[in-house]
Amino acid sequence: MAHIPEGILSEPVLIGGAVLGVAMLGYSLKRMPAESIPQTALLAAALFVSSLVSIPVGVSSVHLLLNGLMGIVLGIVAVPAILIALVLQAVFFGYGGLVVLGVNLVNLALPAVLCAIVIRPLIHNASPRKSFWLGLLAGGLGACMTGILLTSSIMLSDPNLIPAAKIILLTFVPLMAIEGVITGFTVGFIKRVAPELILPKEGRHV
Amino acid sequence: MSNALHAQTDQSGTSAINYLDPRTRLLTAVLTTVTLISIDSLVILTGALVFAAGITALAGLGAFSVVHRLVLLEGFVIVLLLVLPFTTTGEPLFELGPIVPSGEGLKLAAVIALKINTITLLNLALIGTLSPLQVGNALRLLRVPGNLVQLLLMSVRYISVLENEYARIRRAMKARAFVARSNVHTWRTFGWLVGMLLVRSFERSRRVSNAMRCRGFNGSFTFHSESQWKSF
Repeated sequence: MAHIPEGILSEPVLIGGAVLGVAMLGYSLKRMPAESIPQTALLAAALFVSSLVSIPVGVSSVHLLLNGLMGIVLGIVAVPAILIALVLQAVFFGYGGLVVLGVNLVNLALPAVLCAIVIRPLIHNASPRKSFWLGLLAGGLGACMTGILLTSSIMLSDPNLIPAAKIILLTFVPLMAIEGVITGFTVGFIKRVAPELILPKEGRHV
Repeated sequence: MSNALHAQTDQSGTSAINYLDPRTRLLTAVLTTVTLISIDSLVILTGALVFAAGITALAGLGAFSVVHRLVLLEGFVIVLLLVLPFTTTGEPLFELGPIVPSGEGLKLAAVIALKINTITLLNLALIGTLSPLQVGNALRLLRVPGNLVQLLLMSVRYISVLENEYARIRRAMKARAFVARSNVHTWRTFGWLVGMLLVRSFERSRRVSNAMRCRGFNGSFTFHSESQWKSF
C-alpha cells in the first residue's frame, strides 16, 4: 500500500487528514451492522494478503493498492478495512505511523468510496464481459486518484517538495495500468464464479 | 512474504519496553511523533535519532532486521531525498554543469531523512514489538469503537489462514509450470488468483458467521483482560 511515512507532511495537512479520516470512518462504521463483521473481516484479510503479492512489471515489480477493488467488494465498509490494513502494516512491518494515519487513510479510502458509490452498482447489473471494463476503470481510477491525493498532500506541505512530488506522480502511471488490468480480471472472475459477492448500491454482506 | 504475519504472540520477549502497558506505548509513539514533526533543527534531530536508536536497542530488536527495515523505505522517499537538493532554490553549493545543488535543499533533505528514520525507529521499538492482539486490546481500552476493534481482531485471526490459502494456490500454479512474467497471461492469472482468494474467503466467512451465531454471537466479543494500566 502506498503510504506517506511520518516526518514529511506539515501540521495543517496532518490535522486536515485526521479530521476527514475520522469523519469518513465514523460514517462508514455506522453502516456496518454487527452481523456483517465476519464477512467484512475475512474479505479485508484476503485483500490484505493480496496486496502483499508482488506483480512483475517490465524490469521491476509492484505491489497492488487494491483500493478500487475494496470499494467494489466491500462498499463503504472499505474505509475501516483500509484503516485496518494500514494499522497491520505498522504492527507487522513497522511501516507508516500513527500521526500520518489519517492522511494515508483518506488518500486510499476516498477513491475506494467513489468506486463503491459510482462503479459498484454498474458492475452489479453488468455482464461478466462488461464487468472486466468496469473493473479496469475502478482499478485505474483508484490508483490514479490515490496518486493525485498523495502527491497533493506532499505538495501542500511544503512548496519546496513540488518538483519531487511531480516525479512521484509519474511513478503512479505504470501502477495505474497494472492495477486496472488486474482489477478488471478479478471483477470479471467474481462475476462469473460468485456474482453474489458484488452487491447493489446499499447492499451489505450479511 | 514475511514470517511476521504468523507472529501473533509477543515478539519482543522480556525487554524493558515489554513491561510497559500497550496503551502507554501507543500514546508515547503519537506524542513523540507530534513533537518531532515540529522540530527543524539538525542538531536536535540528530540527538533524537541517537536516542531512538538507543530505545530500539533497549527493545531488543536485532540490528540487522532494523537496518533492513530502514533500507526498505518506500521508493518515493528516496526519489524525494535525491531530487530535493537540486530543485530547492538557495545558495548553490557547487556547480557541475547544469547540476547545481543548493545548501537549503540539502538541509531540507537531511531534516526529512532524519525525521523519517527517527520516527520509524521509535515506531519499530514501541509499536512493532506489540502483537496485533495487544494492539486491538489497547485500542478497545482507549475507547476506540467496538466494531472497529472486532474487525481488526477478526482480520488478524484470518490473515494467516488466508495466507496459507494463498500459498496453496501458488503451489498449484507452480505445479502447472506457471512463471510470473511481465505479460497479459501473468496479469490475468494474478487477477483470477485475487478473485479466487476473495471467493474462498467469502465462503469461509459464511461458515464462520453461522458458527458464531450458533454459539450466540450478539455483536460483541467478551474480553478477558484487566483494564488497569500496567507499569514497571
